[in-house]
Amino acid sequence: MSDSTAIAHSAHDAPEHGHEEHPAYLRHHFENVEQQADAAGFAMWLFLLTEVMFFGGLFTAYLIYRNWYYPAFVAASHQLDIFWGSLNTLLLISSSFTMAMGVWCAETRKKSGLVLCLVLTFILGIGFLGIKTIEYKEKIEKHHVPGFHYSLNSFLNPDSDEAAKKAGDQPLPLDMARHTEVYFSLYFAMTGMHALHMIIGIAILGFMIYRAQAGAYTAGHVTFVENFGLYWHFVDIVWIFLFPLLYLISRHANT
Amino acid sequence: MSATIVSLPDQSTARIPKVNFITKENGLLSWLLTGDHKRIAILYLVSLTFFFFIGGALAGLIRLELLTPQTDLMATDTYNKVFTMHGVIMVFFFLVPSVPATLGNFLIPLMIGAKDLALPKINLLSWYLYVAGGLLAIYTMATGGVDTGWTFTTPLSTHYVNTNVLTTGLAVFIAGFSSIFTGLNFIVTIHKMRCPGMTWFRMPLFVWAHYAASILMVLGTPVVAIAIVLVALERTIGIGVFDPTKGGDPLLFQHLFWFYSHPAVYIMILPGMGVISETISTFSRKRVFGYTAVAFSSVAIAVFGFFVWAHHMFIMGISNYAVLVFSLLTMLVAVPSAIKIFNWTFTLYKGSITFETPMLYTFGFMGLFTIGGLTGVFLGTSGTDIHLTETYFIVAHFHFVMVGGMLMAFLAGIHFWWPKMTGRMYPEKISQLAAVVTFIGFNFTFFPQFILGTLGMPRRYASYPPEFQVLNVFSTAGATILGVGYLLPILYLTWSLKYGEIAGNNPWQATGLEWQTQSPPLTENFPATPIMDHEAYDYEWLENQKEKEVASVG
Amino acid sequence: MTDQKEMHESQHHIVSPVTYAIVFGALLVFTALTVGASYVEMGIFNPIAAILIACIKAMIVVLFFMHVKYSSKLTKLTVFCGLFTFLALIGMTLADYISRAWGQW
Repeated sequence: MSDSTAIAHSAHDAPEHGHEEHPAYLRHHFENVEQQADAAGFAMWLFLLTEVMFFGGLFTAYLIYRNWYYPAFVAASHQLDIFWGSLNTLLLISSSFTMAMGVWCAETRKKSGLVLCLVLTFILGIGFLGIKTIEYKEKIEKHHVPGFHYSLNSFLNPDSDEAAKKAGDQPLPLDMARHTEVYFSLYFAMTGMHALHMIIGIAILGFMIYRAQAGAYTAGHVTFVENFGLYWHFVDIVWIFLFPLLYLISRHANT
Repeated sequence: MSATIVSLPDQSTARIPKVNFITKENGLLSWLLTGDHKRIAILYLVSLTFFFFIGGALAGLIRLELLTPQTDLMATDTYNKVFTMHGVIMVFFFLVPSVPATLGNFLIPLMIGAKDLALPKINLLSWYLYVAGGLLAIYTMATGGVDTGWTFTTPLSTHYVNTNVLTTGLAVFIAGFSSIFTGLNFIVTIHKMRCPGMTWFRMPLFVWAHYAASILMVLGTPVVAIAIVLVALERTIGIGVFDPTKGGDPLLFQHLFWFYSHPAVYIMILPGMGVISETISTFSRKRVFGYTAVAFSSVAIAVFGFFVWAHHMFIMGISNYAVLVFSLLTMLVAVPSAIKIFNWTFTLYKGSITFETPMLYTFGFMGLFTIGGLTGVFLGTSGTDIHLTETYFIVAHFHFVMVGGMLMAFLAGIHFWWPKMTGRMYPEKISQLAAVVTFIGFNFTFFPQFILGTLGMPRRYASYPPEFQVLNVFSTAGATILGVGYLLPILYLTWSLKYGEIAGNNPWQATGLEWQTQSPPLTENFPATPIMDHEAYDYEWLENQKEKEVASVG
Repeated sequence: MTDQKEMHESQHHIVSPVTYAIVFGALLVFTALTVGASYVEMGIFNPIAAILIACIKAMIVVLFFMHVKYSSKLTKLTVFCGLFTFLALIGMTLADYISRAWGQW
């Protein structure tokens, strides 16, 4: 580990500090702005680590049950519309791009560019949630929500179900059909947890748009935007894994 | 015991420094909305003590019930609730936050020469989350309690009980975030806010221990959080992840739960070990033997601790191969702990040992933690574990390491840094008495439980075969003595706030930056940013300082 | 822990929009690739391909959108620790499940 330590050049700096060295947003327990920004960024990364482990439990459950009940998972995943899933993926990837561009605008002090990027990210995020609502609504209508009159019909008689028929599913034996409920439990738990994080992110985006318009992030203090960007990209990465695991288990003709 | 290293200023002229973190601001709101890590530490200390006594009262009820072989004091269901709440409160609301949230919060910035932790507002939020979780736990008790055991094993907790699993789960979930934020704060602070000259290997080992524990807090706690969320979903809407009838596996919960709860025991013990490093050095007047080994072993405990969790599940239905692997890895994790015990022992060798109260607790720790740790090896060996698990052997094992180990270390730390936090010394004679009483009471309470366990008495049972009664009576008698031992510090520490001798900057002649500033410290900790120009535990440097300084207090 | 110089660099290095655009394009391509791959029968390689593509996508988001490529060693170490613990959780838990009915999967 390196010998170097905290950032203060010395404790005995001239008592007269220029205004640039002590901006209003410098908290008193930090020596200088760099240290504060550095600490904030590191703290955000550590928080993202906790999020990784939080979702990790869900991914573990998914991997176990997918291996135990593969046919059920395949049949159940055919109930998800690949069009909406792909579109959602495109929306989220685009929002990641606009967010990254937003950070760039903040760094290069382009206020209107920043606001535009944040607004675009916001809209794309809302779009994602809108599509999720459409998908959830369909699941509710088809009685594929675990614990709420869960219906095995689509899996016992795939011909009665449009999505299953299109995928060319064969009827599942009764016990395997029952295990589709585990798939949907994980589907709702994982996408629900992801959507919750999106909602929180969008709320913070709303706040940020308001503050960005006031010029708060384009005067050299980009920490908030930068760290929110990290959070937003993380949420995108979770979806990058959720999409193939939930939607793309097996779309080829014979399972 | 007449030899002492305590060096107090002249009591006739000494005064508590007029400007310090306590007197800086007045009023309730200045405490409830503070960002000062020292005030937050005091807030934590008060609330922790409160929850400790609730948990202790529950323990008293357990021991009272177990005086007789029949369930005559309370119904079996009630007994189940009592030991469950005892576990939940003691683990999540006392042991996990104990040293980090009080001593860690107070001391880490002081020890590394910083003005505060990196994220003071998050620190305050941490305390509020702790209190919220704790109040929810009390609400749970008031509205009927929960009886699943603190381990919430499925499918009992998801399908077969009607008690407050959800509210308790929520309380633990909230307290978990408190823990996460504390750990996060410590990691950022230790990396980014060390004063000039404070390299990693000049930091006190107390800081290293907290760094390792913080890694566990940040990486482990979210997994138990998601486990609780899944239990909640299972209970409310029956999603089926832990339900065998729907194809779920109840063992999955245990994997997720113990993935945190095993590192949790290291979260609990590592900060205590940090305290021991400090006290053993100070009261032997010697640098800690093998600083680097102790520092790295803290991190090693943290890392290895992530790979052994299924040793809590040997009999639960995991595969034989998993049993093999986890048993082997458990042998590995014992090594760094043993390294620390060896190094502390070598620190004592040829040291100038004195027996002030913190050192009494330290000796208690070393002996009792060693016994507790060695019995852990019996439990890590799957062959013997099959017979010893779910018996009182386990209960004795974890109480030896947690109460004989961790709680003693906590008390050692409270006494050691009491003069720094309050500016006043505690009364030495009665505190030494309390330490001895605690040690005796502890052994009477928990040593018989090893025997009970090997004889076959199961844990979590309100009634037992009559042949076990004698040992149980011994245990309860010990618990009474132990209770006195824990009550005394509350009384005399409170007394000392007004009547204790003025301590001055450094009553223990200890090294460490926290002792080079006034007691109680200023809000900003140091009048000017310190520069660390010597190694840790450098008693020669301290001698030079004393020759140079003119002692003045007040 | 970070070198002062290194920290200044990581804070002042501004990733250009061109880099972002290239990464964005790559992400779109990989998404199309993974959707397409799911329609092709590849046996055991289907899940492998899906995970692999997802990992590559995640990696370029982490390196470029999240600036980790230009960040301090500490940040890189932190990311690695998260990944490591995540894999430990999954790996060791699966080790139990895989070996339960050894040979019967």
